[in-house]
Amino acid sequence: MARSRTASPERPARKTITLPASVGVNVPRKDGRDKVTGAALYLDDLRVPGVLHGRTVRSTVANARIVSVTLDPAFDWTGMTVVDHRDIPGENCVAVIERDQPMLASTHVRHVDEPILLLAHEDAERVEAAVSAVKIEYEPLTPALNLEESLEKKALVRGDDNVFKTIRIERGDLDEAFVRSDRVIEGEYWCGHQEQLYIENNAMLAERTKDGGIHIRGSMQCPYYVHGALQVLLNLPPEKVRIEQTVTGGGFGGKEDYPSVIGGHAALLAWKSGRPVKIVYDRLEDLAATTKRHPARVRIKTGVMNDGTLVALDADVVMDGGAYLTLTPVVLSRGAIHAGGCYRWDAARIFARAVATNTPPNGAFRGFGAPQTLFAIESHMDRIAAELGMDPLALRRKNAVKLGDVTPTGQVLKESVGSHEVLERTAKRAKYAEKRARYERENAAAEAAERAGKGAKDGRRLRRGIGMALAMHGAGFTGSGESKLNSLAALDLTPDGRPCVRISNTEIGQGTNTVFGQIVGEVLGIPHEQVLVHVPDTDHVPDSGPTVASRTLMVVGGLIEKCAKKMKEKLELFAEHPIEGGADFARIAKRWLKERGPLRVEQRYQKPTGIEWDDDTYQGDAYGVFAYAAIAVEVEVDLDTAETKLLHVTTAQDIGRAIHPVLCAGQIEGGTLQGLGWALMEEVRHKDGKVWNHQLTNYIIPTSADAPPIDVEIVEIPYSNGPWGAKGVGELPMDVPAPAVIAAIAHATGCRLDEIPATPERLMRALQRRGA
Amino acid sequence: MSQLVRIRFTLNGRPQSVKVPPMKRLLDVLREDCRMTGTKEGCGEGECGACTVLIAGDPVNSCLVPAVHAEGAKITTVEGLAKNGKLSALQTAFIELGGAQCGMCTPGMLVTSAALLARTKGRVPGDAEVRDALSGTLCRCTGYQKIVEAVQAAAAPAPAKKKAAAVAKKAKPVAKKKVVAKKKVVAKKKAVAQKKAAASRAGRRPGASKQARRPAASQRRGRR
Repeated sequence: MARSRTASPERPARKTITLPASVGVNVPRKDGRDKVTGAALYLDDLRVPGVLHGRTVRSTVANARIVSVTLDPAFDWTGMTVVDHRDIPGENCVAVIERDQPMLASTHVRHVDEPILLLAHEDAERVEAAVSAVKIEYEPLTPALNLEESLEKKALVRGDDNVFKTIRIERGDLDEAFVRSDRVIEGEYWCGHQEQLYIENNAMLAERTKDGGIHIRGSMQCPYYVHGALQVLLNLPPEKVRIEQTVTGGGFGGKEDYPSVIGGHAALLAWKSGRPVKIVYDRLEDLAATTKRHPARVRIKTGVMNDGTLVALDADVVMDGGAYLTLTPVVLSRGAIHAGGCYRWDAARIFARAVATNTPPNGAFRGFGAPQTLFAIESHMDRIAAELGMDPLALRRKNAVKLGDVTPTGQVLKESVGSHEVLERTAKRAKYAEKRARYERENAAAEAAERAGKGAKDGRRLRRGIGMALAMHGAGFTGSGESKLNSLAALDLTPDGRPCVRISNTEIGQGTNTVFGQIVGEVLGIPHEQVLVHVPDTDHVPDSGPTVASRTLMVVGGLIEKCAKKMKEKLELFAEHPIEGGADFARIAKRWLKERGPLRVEQRYQKPTGIEWDDDTYQGDAYGVFAYAAIAVEVEVDLDTAETKLLHVTTAQDIGRAIHPVLCAGQIEGGTLQGLGWALMEEVRHKDGKVWNHQLTNYIIPTSADAPPIDVEIVEIPYSNGPWGAKGVGELPMDVPAPAVIAAIAHATGCRLDEIPATPERLMRALQRRGA
Repeated sequence: MSQLVRIRFTLNGRPQSVKVPPMKRLLDVLREDCRMTGTKEGCGEGECGACTVLIAGDPVNSCLVPAVHAEGAKITTVEGLAKNGKLSALQTAFIELGGAQCGMCTPGMLVTSAALLARTKGRVPGDAEVRDALSGTLCRCTGYQKIVEAVQAAAAPAPAKKKAAAVAKKAKPVAKKKVVAKKKVVAKKKAVAQKKAAASRAGRRPGASKQARRPAASQRRGRR
């Protein structure tokens, strides 16, 4: 890992750059000790007296009317709690953006594995056996199982057109731009579902409280999402619903909206039985039933000049949302906004639709729609380069956005634009030009040798290639999202005089708690270890918004920085001297508590000035700022087995400022490998609407032996509204690997795939078509 | 209900005796009967390695081991890696170098790494060697890079200790000595870079790169 700090060329750096004491330093992570000793308690590790084990009875058909639900009289149902839709005290829905998804199906099922009935029993084995003692009779209807069938209206899953959401982004005179283009180049790109595959499966525990409310504990990203959904489901006022996060074994978006479903189920069982109920999915159920990345089809038509200047973009995006809306409109929105990639277009039109299918609902996954459209536009850039006979790097260099350029939504890029910096640094670090030439030479030599019957001794026909990709990723909620969230963060003093961060943003592995300790420690001038971060628990923390959209550090971190400054000011005024280190802080804090009582400071989100967005026209500042990433991927393809081996990955990413470089690099490396997995091997396959490969045996993710060495360079071009200049880093790394892999394979073999994953089967078919 | 059998084994150096159904998964015996929840379940079919424990020093998936097979065995779990509350060099390296993120694969990664380091006996294993050894344990957070680095760093315990001390010192921000702190960061970075280079040199002994690597797990596991 390397870092390069670039003073923002376009604006002076923050007033004074004070050398960091805690910020920018790789302090040991707060939860490190618990996690390496096995002491960290995840949901399934909790011991709860009298707990019942909950199970979900799910549909086996994709689209049907439920005729009858019968409990097999031959089975012993003693001690079994059975819940169906009639047991729901409030509204039968999973309240997210809309309320279209039932918590439990009543008359119809719209996808395989849709929850119909809930069971709970003291004995985990008994309840598992009971699932197959529930007989459900269906009247099957014709399903629409993929986005093409949905567009053809093979079945009506939603309204009269199956469309969840349509977005149009238009800028400039597109017809005129195409007329003056030298060439028109078109392409169509496909990407499939992807499972988040956090190692800890979804898990929740629900208990009725003495005051007639509900207490939920579990693995989640967004406690207040569950809080909102449970109020509607149980018809309870906010103060009667308490949601508390337990140590969470990964999320990646997979625990953004789904916890409202499993949390709702556990709550219903607890509500009826009066006992604590735990639902812990096994991997099979988690893979089959929970949300995935939206599959997408993106058609791109571009007008370009012969010298490589991009002129016109016409993009048609379709995403498959599954059977219910969940977060689909927002996913589509991010996908549409990113569809133009990291480039200048004189004129652009982006037409995006999300459609409904009879498959399990898709939801959030790192990148949130952007990786799909960026895969398309970046693959298309390589296609343009090939058709023009240009080097793909030169094409990107020519067209990548610069300071002052305008995006398709009309956003002027006012600061912290790292596109060229990350592109050049990646190219240099990867020795892109040299390797591109070398691999071409070696591939040609190998081919000539094989023709002459003098191939490699082991008979293998190997080809190597290098491919690049570039992307920008909007940090924070899209458009007016952050203003609507209206996040509130708080900092208070514990009775023993320690500062305690109170936010609803969760530690899910990315290191949130550690960096919040650093931020507060830095401002107060005390050791980061002295700072406590409260467990996200809706009874004890304000709603600082969800842990999504690369917003936690950039947005909520900024709020906490302000809180810490307020606290510092108050305490220093009170003490009548500057805080001098941790011991002094503790003394002052304790004296405050004794003389003045509790101390709590709060900060609410305030929209930075100069950011305007219009939801109706989809024009304006889609994000406060963008982060930038470039990547170079080197592959080796075996022409006979069509297997692709990852040799090396180099990436430079502009994230504004790395508060904790090791954690940032961890995000980049982890996100990169998820992108590489999506590009090469991760494929969710359905049979009659049922996830067919819902096991780790056949839904495969990269192991350490599949993963290449990943060389990361962190580029820091500060953002004026981020704490210490920081921008979001969580999602960005997911954007670039897939198109770079496809480009590298094309470079190695001359064979360009327009659909991922590039499994050996898919690549073999393409190679055979080309007669390789 | 199957009959219960008495099973005795050594767990992290202490004798254990449990009465369980003979086919109960060792994973559940450890978590439920021994109340050691450090060992995690990720898939229940021997693919993810989150449940890895050491039996006689060898990594095994405890979700695939029936309780009866544990009779007389010497079992080590993640809870057995620290001695008297003092973390092992491996655990420290995982914390400091970013080898643990969400923590679910960490117990399996740690015991598997411990087995590797017991085999290499102080030699710093090469990149490919570490990756091969850990390929039975899936991590979705790190991209494995920092895990590999942590294992290599832990293989050379002396510099790791020195570095840990340096980090601990540096982690205490003293406002007045900020310039000094910055210098230390630079010095530490150099030291890390040198050590890494040394580690990779040590790991890639002549011939090491030519040794036959096991096929990548994606191939081993097949595409059924």
